[in-house]
Amino acid sequence: MLEAWQEFFRNLAGDYPTWNFIFFYDERQWGKVVSGLWMTIKLSVVCVILSVLIGIVGAAMQGSKNRVVRGIVSGYIQFFRNTPPFVQLLFFYFALGAFTPTYSPDGWLEVPIISNVGWAIISLSFFAGAFNVEIFRAGVEAVPDSTQEASSALGFTRLQTFAYIVMPLALRVSIPALNNNLVNLVKTTTQAFVIAVPELLYESITIWNDFPSAQNPMMVLLFVAYLSLVGILVLGMNSWERSMRIPGYGAGS
Amino acid sequence: MKKLLAATTALVTGLSPVLASAAECTNDTWNRVMSSGKITVGVKADYKPWGFRDTSGDLVGMEIDMAKDVAATMGVDLELVSVQSSNRMQFLEQGKIDLMIATMSDRADRREIVGIVGPNYYTSGTNILAPDALNFTNWEELRGKPVCGKQGAFYNQITEQKYGAEIIAFTGNAEAKQALRDKKCVAFVYDDSSIMADIASGDWEGFGMPMPTEDDNPWALAVAKAEENCVFGRFMSGMQYNWHVDGTLIALEEKWGIQPTAFLARENERLKDWLSE
Repeated sequence: MLEAWQEFFRNLAGDYPTWNFIFFYDERQWGKVVSGLWMTIKLSVVCVILSVLIGIVGAAMQGSKNRVVRGIVSGYIQFFRNTPPFVQLLFFYFALGAFTPTYSPDGWLEVPIISNVGWAIISLSFFAGAFNVEIFRAGVEAVPDSTQEASSALGFTRLQTFAYIVMPLALRVSIPALNNNLVNLVKTTTQAFVIAVPELLYESITIWNDFPSAQNPMMVLLFVAYLSLVGILVLGMNSWERSMRIPGYGAGS
Repeated sequence: MKKLLAATTALVTGLSPVLASAAECTNDTWNRVMSSGKITVGVKADYKPWGFRDTSGDLVGMEIDMAKDVAATMGVDLELVSVQSSNRMQFLEQGKIDLMIATMSDRADRREIVGIVGPNYYTSGTNILAPDALNFTNWEELRGKPVCGKQGAFYNQITEQKYGAEIIAFTGNAEAKQALRDKKCVAFVYDDSSIMADIASGDWEGFGMPMPTEDDNPWALAVAKAEENCVFGRFMSGMQYNWHVDGTLIALEEKWGIQPTAFLARENERLKDWLSE
């Protein structure tokens, strides 16, 4: 079966020189596709989780009574939301990367403690996190003051009110906008390409540079891969939204 | 079955004029260039001294001089478009450029995509730019070590597969060289003549080109695949032949401070006019 499959694509490449699905029959290229896809999935999952955490913490800090804390959050949002992720990646890796501690395995090489993958995770998480803070803030502001007053009347502290009353309600309001931002985040992971993070786009371009005949197939692969990845994320978010639904609250009630 | 056969025959005979005409020359590129009076040539903008930007931002270099000669010979204006290793063949395929002179190594699989016409105008091999402090002497020492490269260069593949180096490929030369300066990799793999030009520029104190050059590979300019065996392809073959015979390439090499290669001297000798003194 596998033989026939490989034979088919080998023949296809022979008949149509621009449709060389080389990764289906060349083990080395297949390895590149798999490792690229795996890196993209790891980047996406880690960045999605971190960016949501950053969003929640940021939204909590925005509600703080302390002006300095609120100032820090708004400064963070302005910096990360208003600069392109592409520029951030270059800045983090090349500019900040020069100041991080390094170790040297051979006396000359200076391997930074934070690798290019590390910088990509930091940069992309904070980038998406800045949007998430604003998304959660919109959700928090949608919770009526009277609800918060009622919770403090029942003896909840500020933190308890945020964690048990405001956030659970705010989350439900925020999910559709959060969904959008996370989809965007998954797609933005391709920009880690610029600091040579070996994710799917990097590996695809490497393959079509080595084998110009494989360009069209790599494009098709990229589209299919990102459509599926984003599709899985959207399905997950939608079912989460449904399972969190409170009858009588929010849309669809 | 008979019907199927008849249908197939009809289809094949119906298609055959199309196939036959595909092999004939329409000379689209040539005619367009001559009628519009302008030729668009794709060249490098980051490959000193073949194609790069001077201090005023203009594209200059050895390949730009070659492009100028092509335009002058055809009697048309020249428009230069900067291309990258990873998009140069696509630009040609899509008709964004009429001709590509962009430091491209002549490889069998590339000949299937674009119209590569001989004789090759230059050659170079694979080597590395590495700090003297590491005392590299042979390629095997790179096994398992991080080596910076540029996306789209075929040197990466050889270094990775033959010598097991870990290639970190950046989108541009500038990023790759910066990563080497930042000591993120032990070497920058590229072609020997470009590395020699870098070292000669004086910006790379303490760095050298320590390896014996590997895989000497001729360079090729290219026209669109459909033009390969037609007027434009034949014309470019003639241009290259003349550059070799009259010593233009050797003169350009000298003008741009490139170390003289044995290849150009050999080609000049090989193609020499038998009646000339």
